[in-house]
Amino acid sequence: MTEPTAEMIQETKLYKSWGLSDQEFQTISNDILGRLPNYTETGLFSVMWGEHCSYKNSKNVLRKFSNKSERVLAGPGEDAGIIDIGDNQAIVFKAESHNHPSAVEPYQGAATGVGGIIRDIFSMGATPIALLNSLKFGELDDSHTRYLAEEIVSGIGGYGNCIGIPTVGGEIAFQSRYKKNPIVNVMCVGLIDHDDVKYGKATGKDNLIVYVGAKTGRDGIHGATFASDEFTDSKSTQRSAVQVGDPFMEKLLMDACIELVHEHSDWIMGIQDMGAAGLVSSTAEMASKASSGLILELDNVPQRETEMTPYEIMLSESQERMVLCIKPEYEQNITDFFTDKMLDAVVVGKVTTDGQYKIYQRGKMVCNIPISGLVDESPEYKRISVKPDRIADSKEQFRPEIKSLEDVWLKILRQPTIASKEYFYKTYDSQIKANTVVQPGSDAAVVRIRDTKKAIAMTNDGNSRMVYVDPFIGGQMAVIEAASNLVAAGAIPIGITDCLNYGNPEKPEIFWEFEKSVSGMAMAGKKLNIPVVSGNVSLYNEFNETAIYPSPMIGMTGLVEDIDNVITQGFKNSGDLIYLIGETRNEFNGSEIQQLQLNDVKGSLSKINVDQIKDRFELILDIINNKLINSCHDLSEGGLAVALSEATFENKLGFKCEVNMPKEYLFSETPARFVVSVSKDNQRKFEDIIGNNGAKIGVVTDDNRMNIKTIGAEATIELSVAMSIWKEAISCLMKKN
Amino acid sequence: MKFAVIVFPGSNCDKDLYFAIKDGIHADVEMIDYRSKSLDAFDAVLIPGGFSYGDYLRSGAIAAHAPIIETIKRMSALGKPIMGICNGFQILTEIGLLPGALIRNRQNRFICETVDLKVKNNQTIFTNEYEFDQTLSLPVAHGEGNYYCDISTLKQINDNNQIIFRYASDINGSIDNIAGIINKAGNVLGMMPHPERALEEMLGSDDGLKLFQSILKSHMNRVNL
Repeated sequence: MTEPTAEMIQETKLYKSWGLSDQEFQTISNDILGRLPNYTETGLFSVMWGEHCSYKNSKNVLRKFSNKSERVLAGPGEDAGIIDIGDNQAIVFKAESHNHPSAVEPYQGAATGVGGIIRDIFSMGATPIALLNSLKFGELDDSHTRYLAEEIVSGIGGYGNCIGIPTVGGEIAFQSRYKKNPIVNVMCVGLIDHDDVKYGKATGKDNLIVYVGAKTGRDGIHGATFASDEFTDSKSTQRSAVQVGDPFMEKLLMDACIELVHEHSDWIMGIQDMGAAGLVSSTAEMASKASSGLILELDNVPQRETEMTPYEIMLSESQERMVLCIKPEYEQNITDFFTDKMLDAVVVGKVTTDGQYKIYQRGKMVCNIPISGLVDESPEYKRISVKPDRIADSKEQFRPEIKSLEDVWLKILRQPTIASKEYFYKTYDSQIKANTVVQPGSDAAVVRIRDTKKAIAMTNDGNSRMVYVDPFIGGQMAVIEAASNLVAAGAIPIGITDCLNYGNPEKPEIFWEFEKSVSGMAMAGKKLNIPVVSGNVSLYNEFNETAIYPSPMIGMTGLVEDIDNVITQGFKNSGDLIYLIGETRNEFNGSEIQQLQLNDVKGSLSKINVDQIKDRFELILDIINNKLINSCHDLSEGGLAVALSEATFENKLGFKCEVNMPKEYLFSETPARFVVSVSKDNQRKFEDIIGNNGAKIGVVTDDNRMNIKTIGAEATIELSVAMSIWKEAISCLMKKN
Repeated sequence: MKFAVIVFPGSNCDKDLYFAIKDGIHADVEMIDYRSKSLDAFDAVLIPGGFSYGDYLRSGAIAAHAPIIETIKRMSALGKPIMGICNGFQILTEIGLLPGALIRNRQNRFICETVDLKVKNNQTIFTNEYEFDQTLSLPVAHGEGNYYCDISTLKQINDNNQIIFRYASDINGSIDNIAGIINKAGNVLGMMPHPERALEEMLGSDDGLKLFQSILKSHMNRVNL
């Protein structure tokens, strides 16, 4: 194929099909280059200025987040955020979305999402210790959705299980808006000593750029641009934009890179993974961080296909590749080191001081552009923001209709969003590395840190129904819910990574959702002193013009100082007293019961007092650290009825409770409430500490029944009945053909 | 007593086994590269779980041709204890040190859970610290853990008391619920469940500890004879 000339690109506006606007093309030609860009250069700009790499539509909103706390060692801008956990140790974590690839090629789309996020962690020098994921699918009555769910879960497991990092937690929700545009967010957490942290920098004149790992093919070209576009029925060629993963190759690469950083730190100046926008994004960003220039020789790039053009080599998103910047005197050591690990390591370029990005193929210069123009001068847009009509101003609350309490209770337990996700998570190896203290299925996963008393708790959360109903308060609730999960496990929340999944930001109502929900999350994060240290934005999640619910995902980590204090949600002993902490209010908008009864969510949400919730978190941690409670479970979707049920399932213990509230309130979703169980011996001490923040509502029983009395109603459900409904709901739906 | 943990490209439970020996039974242990030619310095060989060579072709099939395999076979002939867990079990069947094969789980999905199994032979160097018919709670994590052998082999391993562990219920389609078997000579054990993940109550179970203690005790008894 002959490439179009610079003039032809201008004339035919080819750049538009790659996502560059007329205005952007003009800026590149007139202000940055002073000439027309050639085919390769236009391609490089189009990916680097795409939303995925440049955050051009989102960065002015993202500034709302606070990324500071006394523990933050590195925040946004690096491959992943780093948070101090004491004793010269730190955790490194980040989340990433792979929604678009997973929609077209679910197994590989999800698998390469996992591969990519793992590389972000070990490229900092950290050892990955855990994976989590947040998945949102359409309703399971649709066969295509079942196919997507099965394949996506299988892709996540396939990669994580093989590479040997435990997948310890996450969330899965179902809503018809995600039918053709599933949400696949994956998070990786790594552990590192402070002195081992490496940054992705290409610095020092004449230092060498080394390419390590898998060969480059034509897969995934324009993946990053593809992620910044909408889906429609008519676009069927997009399958080629999905990469194929090889977890075995990544395992070799991971072990080698971690060993290199630990044992031969003096050989390398910088290390960076090749993720979205492959070779161009990794090398240009490394150079940009050090204000360097680069020369790349494409003939040296290991290629798995013939006749690849510079455009294809630079934009390929072939997986399992890394870039190193090394001192020239260690070139032989580096190649020998990687050869021993069965990996290719090849010098593909060197660092210069002129700030230019110069690329050669077969002796011919194919690109010569300023790195600052490519990386730092991408445009920034303040999109128009308009409040959607559906956002309600009235304070009116949905009123659930409950004739038979038992009936509604069981129906709620059967809802896929509430029901056990065991069918999916049992296919993930959650125990490998023998550190997983709390496995999937509890509020938060907990992984201990060997040879210390510490453990890391982590969770992925984001109830998009609440964000849809009220982006600002829904955003606050996402942060509060994640923090509640960690606190309920006995951990202090210390950091956030996010995946911000929305529709097309060029639509004012979508942008409004984005802006408001980020404000809500930022506000709650600030008040709770939980900084946002890394994250990812995924826009244009639409199918045939219908956007997904605004779906921010909060990936939160927490520190457990003493692993003996880790607590789980299940009741432990018959006879223990049950308390409900936090006030239950008349709040049903956006709730599971509203969805169940209206097949829709709407209405406004009540204002949240974040300061009060912060105090409550401290109270809960106080009673956990004083070893006064035997179980702790936070209330979320489905409210008290669901939380109490879930607390019985772990050890098959029942309860007898009486609450001073109407029966509907059992399904209220007022945030930041907790159900705890206390042995009688600790009753006085416990009540002294909680004062009027909580109330005794009942007792744990061993009669295999759940029994609850409300004002004017009473329900009794056999544990075995509730449990089998809750446990089997999803596998029953998945087995339909 | 000194243990070797064999590391193939793609092994991923190697460190867990290393810690099981070092912290679990406080014995000497070293990680040994798949290209090593000698295991003379070791008293026992552990083949870890994982995805050796990415499980490409068939789980264990490529590892079966790694340089160290001949050395492992020699160790086996000398009667040294050899234990393969999960992918290690798959490799041991591939190289013929154990009969049968591990095929796709009947449900055709990977499973990770903690399951009950029964000790069906406690008169071995691997299980002497357990009671006969004792129920153990051990994690499994595999996609190809469905043990299969032909009827005559099944009869043989039954007759020779080579079935060491059986699942308490059918979890993956394994014939006769077989979870672990031993060779006829009694020095090579293969099992799908992961005892190295069950050494501490904090992680859910410490039922795996006695397996490693059994190996250690058998060795000490032999040395002291």
